[in-house]
Amino acid sequence: MPGVAALSDAAMGQPSLLVLAIVLPVTGVLLSIVAGGRYVEAIAFVVLLSGLVIAIFIFDGVWRGGRELTYVVGGWRPPLGIMLRADGLSALMMSTMAVVICVVGVFAHADFNSRLEAAETRSPFVFWIMLVAVSGAMNMIFLGGDLFTLYVALELLTFAAVPLVCLSGSAETIRAAMRYLLFALLGSILYLGGTALLYGSHATMDFAVLSQQAHLEPATLIAAVLMTIGLLAKTALFPLHLWLPPAHAGAPAAASAILSSVVVKGSFFLVVRLWFDALPGMLTPAGAQLLGALGASAIAFGSVVALQQKRLKLLIAYSTVAQIGYLFLMFPIAFNAAATPAQSSEALTGGMLQAMSHMTAKAAMFMAAGLIYTALGHDRIADLGGTARALPMTMLAFAIGGVCLIGLPPSGGFLAKWLLMRAAVETGQWPWVVVMLAGGLFTSGYMFIVLSRALQPSGEFLKLGAALPKYREAAALTLALLSLLLGFVALGPLDVLQVGSGTMMAAPG
Amino acid sequence: MNALPLFASCAAMLMGLGLYALITDPEPLRKILAFNLLGSGVFLAFGVISRRVAATEFEGDPVPQAMTITAIVVAFAATAMAVALVSRLVEAGGRATVASEASEEPDADGGAS
Amino acid sequence: MTILLFTDVCLVLLVLTIGASIVRARDAFEAAIAFAIYGLLLAIVWVRLAAIDVALTEAAIGGGMTGMLLLGAAARLRLAGDDHIRASLRVRLAAGILSALVAAGVAGAVLLPPEVIPTLAPKVMENLASSGLGNPVAGVLFVYRALDTLLEKVVLLLALLGVWSLAPDGAWNGRPAIRLYARLNGTLTFLAQLLPPIGIVVAIYMCWIGAKAPGGAFQGGTILAAMWLLVIVAGLESIPSIGGTWLRIMLVIGPVIFLAIGTAGIVLANAFLAYPAGYAKPLIVAIEVALTLSIAAAPGMLAAGPPQQEQRQ
Repeated sequence: MPGVAALSDAAMGQPSLLVLAIVLPVTGVLLSIVAGGRYVEAIAFVVLLSGLVIAIFIFDGVWRGGRELTYVVGGWRPPLGIMLRADGLSALMMSTMAVVICVVGVFAHADFNSRLEAAETRSPFVFWIMLVAVSGAMNMIFLGGDLFTLYVALELLTFAAVPLVCLSGSAETIRAAMRYLLFALLGSILYLGGTALLYGSHATMDFAVLSQQAHLEPATLIAAVLMTIGLLAKTALFPLHLWLPPAHAGAPAAASAILSSVVVKGSFFLVVRLWFDALPGMLTPAGAQLLGALGASAIAFGSVVALQQKRLKLLIAYSTVAQIGYLFLMFPIAFNAAATPAQSSEALTGGMLQAMSHMTAKAAMFMAAGLIYTALGHDRIADLGGTARALPMTMLAFAIGGVCLIGLPPSGGFLAKWLLMRAAVETGQWPWVVVMLAGGLFTSGYMFIVLSRALQPSGEFLKLGAALPKYREAAALTLALLSLLLGFVALGPLDVLQVGSGTMMAAPG
Repeated sequence: MNALPLFASCAAMLMGLGLYALITDPEPLRKILAFNLLGSGVFLAFGVISRRVAATEFEGDPVPQAMTITAIVVAFAATAMAVALVSRLVEAGGRATVASEASEEPDADGGAS
Repeated sequence: MTILLFTDVCLVLLVLTIGASIVRARDAFEAAIAFAIYGLLLAIVWVRLAAIDVALTEAAIGGGMTGMLLLGAAARLRLAGDDHIRASLRVRLAAGILSALVAAGVAGAVLLPPEVIPTLAPKVMENLASSGLGNPVAGVLFVYRALDTLLEKVVLLLALLGVWSLAPDGAWNGRPAIRLYARLNGTLTFLAQLLPPIGIVVAIYMCWIGAKAPGGAFQGGTILAAMWLLVIVAGLESIPSIGGTWLRIMLVIGPVIFLAIGTAGIVLANAFLAYPAGYAKPLIVAIEVALTLSIAAAPGMLAAGPPQQEQRQ
């Protein structure tokens, strides 16, 4: 009986969990709209915590099973229908994102408490719903195997992120949100155009089917280029990064954390999926070098401008621009004519680990910056003297996050860079090694500026504007420590990244 | 079926026109209009691809048509949000432009291969 | 055949001309008017491409709703004045080159089809009968790719929440300020009393027929939204406040029923968003009816904008 089979399937847990990962946030959004402001935060917590549990179960399923989990939606297999897929990449990213979102949710409780007043108020209502929507959209992006469904998921993500930017309602943030929206829309429509062309050539949107059918021909290449340009606009890779700094710096602290750490990873993940899984073997070395060059420019530009910033949040935002450049360095290293599949997957692993480290570290840094702002009433770097003594936990979180971004052991950032550099050296691509080392130096530069200021003793004892609840500082510190400990992932689950994606890379183009 | 290349070129030209206006026109409302123009070009491309399969029993491929319907609704939602942002920007006392410092920079990547 | 081809050529030329005039119009208001016309022309192009469902959607949402939104915005912003800055020559040149490249690329990709044109049409048709639907587009929207349609509804709702989030803090739970043009016994009032009953019937028909022929929830719902807006703009009804419970319920009822039926499918039909054999058509019709209501509510409120303090226009 189909019903019994389905139930026992659900009891075994894993494939139906893929659906649940998407259905639960959607239900949360719908419920919140009807239930109203008083329950919004509670609904969000339930959804986010369950999302974390689901992500862990999916991860466990993929790791133990050694192969990817799939779910055929509606019973129609591709190319006619849509399939959800969880491979090692999805599982790791989902779990990291789920942890980050939960911790940021805890952090945001103080700013967006929705239980105090009886009536529904704007900020908490919008914030919690958008947070749940971000989590659902990201899950869809990680689990999606169909290019058009991913378009809808991308739009979901954008519509959830834009209101977070202008949550405070000031004219500057609205302008930043407007710019973000325009760039994001440009990105999605170009992505959609590419999708149309791909359908025209192959009559499918599914990754697995495409990877078997696609070969290097003009129409497919043009489609892929269009899609990539669109995704690069959404990921804010240089030179399409203009919207990011004002948007991320102007948002409330919890929102900035989500925007920088989670949201930009969505479109980045799709770039990886596109070139590694959907159209393997189609990225020519020249194209890969171009992506790497753009990444290097982003690192240079972002770091140099970060060094000049006077406000902490803007510095962190420009640091995001630079760190996004890092993520694209994996392309030239992986797609090199001299690279063996093992080296390519090493580069892929390094890149994804970098993404995960950035997620945790950047969220921690933005949370710390938010706490500093709450405590001091400003975030001017020049006036941060004495902060280290007054807010030790917060500054520690900030510093540890920075350590991860610089790439010092044993952090995840260190392991990621080590893997990337090793792959680069083995394939003889020394320039990228230089770029990575230079980037690390730059990052140390602006971290040093902030930390040295904060460690300076101030004239009189620093008067704190508001007392900071310990749990908020603990939240920031937790994520920072997580980013530090990600380096230990090498001892265990790192090979999970090979699950599912390894077969794609080894297949002849 | 002779009209298909005609519609295909139309779609491509609309995309180019919309993209140009989106990048160069400084007013946000004009950018929104340009985005819709660009979008309609993409949708027409879907339409040509759908019509291309017209044979004896099929009038067109329904899958791109369904995708176009979904995309039209999404584009409308996007336009509504963008328009609300512009209106609010003007109300909040800002000027109705997007550029506070530099104007948009075009993408230097013309066609990687 | 040649007469049709000639018509197509004229149509395309017209579309391109009006498209160009949107870009080159002197101010946003003219551009918005051109856009409304453009939308209607596009609907005719879609008919020529034998995609009637899309033509209906384009006319209703693409040209109609979007055009109205942009016209309203242009009219409001006209009063704000604008600075006439043009982008620098360098930017325009680079943008021109990029756009030309993109256009050429797209044209090339579409005009050079592969040897055998790949398509999913056969698969769609052969499986359509099992779901009892007669409209292949509805089949794709609600049977094969139902997940996309469900997610898209959520996208619509999120956009609405985003628009609402722009309200000033004190105006939350207020009503959107939509400009009223009511004059007692004016033409608008007359139309607002005459058209809605007809519109409602058309909308119901449109939704119902969507299972067999072009039409469906999106098209029917948009007509309902238009009728509702007409009644409000003529001052015969007041726009609901955004906190109103029935409004909230109406907004979510479509996706909720869709989701519920989809989840029930896990148990009854072995997969999420699968329909138990033989019950597909009634379930889909139920979904479409619920969706029509939500689609009536959402674009209407989207067009109305964020809640404001009470304003008399």
